[in-house]
Amino acid sequence: MANQTNSGNERVDLAYRRRKNAEEMRHQMIAFVLMILLTLVAFAAVGYEEFSHWFVVPFILLLAAVQVAFQLYYFMHMSHKGHEFPAMFIYGGVAVMLLLVWAFTTVIWW
Amino acid sequence: MHVEEKLTAETFPAAPERATLEGKNKFLGFWLFLGGETVLFASLFATYLALKDKTNGGPSAEELFQMPVVFMATMLLLTSSLTSVYAIYHMKNFDFKKMQLWFGITVLLGAGFLGLEIYEFTEYVHEGHKFTTSAFASSFYTLVGTHGSHVAFGLLWILTLMIRNAKRGLDLYNAPKFYVASLYWHFIDVVWVFIFTVVYLMGMVG
Repeated sequence: MANQTNSGNERVDLAYRRRKNAEEMRHQMIAFVLMILLTLVAFAAVGYEEFSHWFVVPFILLLAAVQVAFQLYYFMHMSHKGHEFPAMFIYGGVAVMLLLVWAFTTVIWW
Repeated sequence: MHVEEKLTAETFPAAPERATLEGKNKFLGFWLFLGGETVLFASLFATYLALKDKTNGGPSAEELFQMPVVFMATMLLLTSSLTSVYAIYHMKNFDFKKMQLWFGITVLLGAGFLGLEIYEFTEYVHEGHKFTTSAFASSFYTLVGTHGSHVAFGLLWILTLMIRNAKRGLDLYNAPKFYVASLYWHFIDVVWVFIFTVVYLMGMVG
């Protein structure tokens, strides 16, 4: 159960792993910058009062969904191999969320 | 690989969090827990959305929410998510000291977020927005407060791991523990993204 990149030479393997890790860190850094940008756009869209709320609400919800995808796939490594069950659990939760929000905002009245 | 084996940078596996059976189980079990947490927060979000306009004569979302505080809190939590990514990066490179350092920064940023939230809630209470003021207030405090208590728990969890393992160093026994704690921290940020969008920004739009 050693490393997948077993070249038989520990030094070579280590250098390879370090490079892979650094590359992943770079991707995560890009994801972070994009997440900050999405947040700024969302706050700006709400701060700019000329936009109708029929535009702003779906727009910021979309930005939130994109940002959460970055968080899940890059920061929480769901883009890596071996995350089939994690994806199933999370999407199962999301399905329940959609059902609950739909039910509570349309079917039930208070 | 043996759980308590003394490892070096050369022998440390590429995915230390899943190199042992215990690590694999922890990884899978924790993601199942996060699926359950999604359902918990989904029910709180749905309740909030259903009740958010029932202010019962108390202050409304539009009157209460202040953009600067929410923005600051969002930036703090988002940055703390990145710093815990750095911690895991150093864990994978078998650099225990740097991992501890970045988890330490994560804890500081998280504590800053929590401080802002406590300040915000005391302001609201002074403005007559208490837990029992209205259905809006109850659902707001339940949703945002449940998130805040997750932040507090996450801080204590990471801090406990850091102190408990300070002298032990990194091995395949504690690598999954650190990894799973960082997943929890990212999940808290995922929930916050929806809170600042659905509760605060949509509340300010009206």
